Amino acid sequence: MLTGSNWQPSAALETLKKRARILQGIRAFFDARGVLEVQTPLLSRAATTDVQLASYQVDTDAGPRFLHTSPELPMKRLLAVGFGDCYQIAPVFRPGEAGRHHNSEFTLLEWYRRGFSIDELIDETAALIHHLHGQPLPLEQLRYAEAFERQLGLCPLEASDAEIQSLLERTGLWSGEREALPRDSALDLLFSEAVACHFPDDRLTAISHYPASQAALAQIDPGDPRTARRSELYWGPLELANGFQELADPAEQRRRFEADNQQRRELGLPEQPVDEHFLQALEQGHFPECAGIALGVDRLIMQITGARHIGEVIAFDTHRA
Amino acid sequence: MASHSTNEFKSGLKLMIDGDPYSIVENEFVKPGKGQAFCRVKVRNLKTGKVVDKTYKSGDKVEAADVMDTEMDYLYTDGEFWNFMDPNTFEQVGAPEAAVGDAKQWLKEQDTCVVTLWDGVPISVEPPNHVVLEVTQTDPGIRGDTAQGATKPATVETGATVLVPLFVDNGDLLKIDTRTGKYISRARED
Repeated sequence: MLTGSNWQPSAALETLKKRARILQGIRAFFDARGVLEVQTPLLSRAATTDVQLASYQVDTDAGPRFLHTSPELPMKRLLAVGFGDCYQIAPVFRPGEAGRHHNSEFTLLEWYRRGFSIDELIDETAALIHHLHGQPLPLEQLRYAEAFERQLGLCPLEASDAEIQSLLERTGLWSGEREALPRDSALDLLFSEAVACHFPDDRLTAISHYPASQAALAQIDPGDPRTARRSELYWGPLELANGFQELADPAEQRRRFEADNQQRRELGLPEQPVDEHFLQALEQGHFPECAGIALGVDRLIMQITGARHIGEVIAFDTHRA
Repeated sequence: MASHSTNEFKSGLKLMIDGDPYSIVENEFVKPGKGQAFCRVKVRNLKTGKVVDKTYKSGDKVEAADVMDTEMDYLYTDGEFWNFMDPNTFEQVGAPEAAVGDAKQWLKEQDTCVVTLWDGVPISVEPPNHVVLEVTQTDPGIRGDTAQGATKPATVETGATVLVPLFVDNGDLLKIDTRTGKYISRARED
């Protein structure tokens, strides 16, 4: 990353020009496929209920609003009135996230395809990456449990909490004398630091069938209800995109939001206002069968340009904003 | 007891872990898009020099270590302790052999070193990057021997051995890189 005075950009001008060309490439890709660009508000009365995400609050004269952590819910409201396939390149905000691959304000490319399966959408994501990178990358497809078991010898769906803690200790990632990590946190640490870190650098890896406890807004897989129809795409060890076979059932969606808030109460975290507009869209609109995905544009640019720190691809990272 | 939250973690920050003082070498924020945030750090044990990996949940607090790096002048040794003085306060400390470590080969009176103090007790000593030491014993080079790159061992006033070019003689002053233990050049005493 550039040093020099903080009034100067954190990215080299040449990289910012490459960024501009990549953004053009993204628009050309979707234009050719008939997917239209939309823009939805950054501010909302609702905040994400996800236990692992916080939201910046803005005090407006109309009351408190929250900066979005993703454009998902308003985009789904558009789908519910029949807008059709759409994409958005949006700044999103995640407090407390800063590091080599994190900037609390970053850019997501999010899009939805009616009638696609999540697997077809992952294939389209790989095609987008090839289009932008200019070279094909081999794509390996694995289920979450397969990738985990292949590397660590334990099935994450069937293992007991104790077996998972013991695996954590054996990998040296978390010592036994400390308080046990909750199951999903333990799986997150193991997947990131003991599984994905071994994915070959020059390969895309698609991980499907995340555990049902980590379904977020994805449908549960009717073929294997221990898992959800949620997939992620990695470029080498770097997580790039997260996608769902989108849940359309409003009752199930409300139940999940309430379960999140219940967990927030238990953890002493503030409960978040649920997005009633979104739930009404699912209840009263015609939300189509579709798959959706969100891809980290900055990280994609990092991989294409060989940048080692996210500040190298953002005009002014958090230290210089 | 003061503590640091993982939000404050950066290279050089001093922490107490399992009863020993550590310094952060590297710090990495790890968080999957929809998962738990962690901080993974490489930390160096300031007593043993060993580097280990540690993982914390983002937001966890870790006890701060009362560790300070101070510039002190080397005075003398009695073989058991190596004594240093803070030139501003005139306070003296005695560092045991374990704290001085390899630095003892390069310590010369009045040289300014960086002494790491934990709760006021020296736990490590870093000599200046270069030191000028007198050769006390080396075999004479053969006159006319101009072979490039040939070296011979020389003992200097601290007892350390350095490889030097053949033209170096007893009594010569050598400038030595303390980080590599290598001869740089002959020197004039400042």
